[in-house]
Amino acid sequence: MQQEPTTTHAAPHHGPTPREYVRIGAILAVLTGAEVWMSYSGLAGALLIFTLFTAAIIKFVLVVAYFMHLKYDDRRYARFFVMGLTGAVTLYLIVLLASKVFLR
Amino acid sequence: MADAAIAHDEHQTTTGLPSTKLGMWLFLSSECLLFGALITAYVLYRGSSLVGPYPNDVFDIPYTSVSSFVLLASSLTMVLAHAAAEQRDFGRMRVWLLTTAMLGMTFVGGQVYEFTVFVEEGLRIDTNLFGTTFFVLTGFHGVHVTVGVLMLLSLVGMSSARRLPDDQAFPVEMVGLYWHFVDIVWIVIFTVVYLVPTPSPGG
Repeated sequence: MQQEPTTTHAAPHHGPTPREYVRIGAILAVLTGAEVWMSYSGLAGALLIFTLFTAAIIKFVLVVAYFMHLKYDDRRYARFFVMGLTGAVTLYLIVLLASKVFLR
Repeated sequence: MADAAIAHDEHQTTTGLPSTKLGMWLFLSSECLLFGALITAYVLYRGSSLVGPYPNDVFDIPYTSVSSFVLLASSLTMVLAHAAAEQRDFGRMRVWLLTTAMLGMTFVGGQVYEFTVFVEEGLRIDTNLFGTTFFVLTGFHGVHVTVGVLMLLSLVGMSSARRLPDDQAFPVEMVGLYWHFVDIVWIVIFTVVYLVPTPSPGG
């Protein structure tokens, strides 16, 4: 069955206000500062790596959700992006696991 | 010309979504695979170099941290440019776009300086596995930032010459998506390459 064509008028945005963007930018800066501080803190290897990656993932999600508007946009855009991201993470994790990189 | 550009963005699609935007997300999705491969190659050969210099010999974390702050700030100015475009404040939009381009150029300039210092310290792309994977990964990222800067400057030029469609927010949003993606890639590179400690003594 053929779908009815629809026009692609730009949908009005219900995203964050400029003030909220600045607040998110400040959170990103604080997280980056915390990451740098942690790298000098002398934390043990595994704990340091876990903390650094947690901070990086939070920053990643904040930028994608708020600055790239995925939180507010049509869900289909998110599916497109998550498809590639999940594929990449899965594929390369398998490569790294198979190469026993995490046992070094 | 301008009319053609307007008509292009308002064509009909079966999804009801602008094809340009869907295409951009699909492109960014494929870029995850590209940068994933380069980051994986770096991690795979981490600590496998037989000769120096090693990461601990050349990395200057405070310097790279400042570069990271610059790129994060450029993401903020980019989203402020988009917000201004949505409010049809095109003068302010151009100011934010120019600021973003300047911050991007500062980041690229910093990267060129960093590369120069590394080469002076004896680390070239063919010196060891660290040099090869590091320069390829960060070099590809730098090229992406440079392309982004060119797109931003083109947007400013076209907007000043009134060669953008009435809905200037749409092209700004498309360039913004690319710019933010370059930023999130750096978030990962900064953590994986610079902050996670490298096993001693190799690189």
